[in-house]
Amino acid sequence: MYLGKVIGRVIATVKNDVLEGKKLLLVRRLPSGPAVVAVDAVGAGAGETVYVCRGREASFAFKPEEVPTEATVVAIVDYVDYIERE
Amino acid sequence: MIIARVIGSVVASQKQASHEGKKILLLQPLGLDDQPLGDVVVALDAVDAGVGDRVLAVQEGFSAMTSVGHTDSPIDAAVIGVVDLVEIE
Repeated sequence: MYLGKVIGRVIATVKNDVLEGKKLLLVRRLPSGPAVVAVDAVGAGAGETVYVCRGREASFAFKPEEVPTEATVVAIVDYVDYIERE
Repeated sequence: MIIARVIGSVVASQKQASHEGKKILLLQPLGLDDQPLGDVVVALDAVDAGVGDRVLAVQEGFSAMTSVGHTDSPIDAAVIGVVDLVEIE
């Protein structure tokens, strides 16, 4: 999993039936990674820091639905306690 | 599996149910020289590791899920050991 910032959302009228009603978020990996499209499982929105689960496991957030996703936003981050590298 | 340094912890009140009650750690993967190597990872804690510890982590779904005791959950990384010593011949 990795930390990301929600920078927008994607609207797609034509999509897999199971994705109907799911929010597609554009998430940039922190601190400066690429942006990917991730399905929202927790009600996240633009500007929020989140963490993203990747791979086959990403679809398990929607069990028993079989959602075709390889990236899912599984939490909204309140804060991070971070130590500086020594 | 990778060796990583725990560099922080994440607090998230709104999260997937299977992540409830678990410590969420920020990991910096390390190279053999103990220097940071690669991107920071978010992992669930299965061994009560803490900030500053050098740990063993998995980045694969099945092993991550079973180590924290939640199968069929959206978990792709977990801390499964605290490293005492690495011996390189």
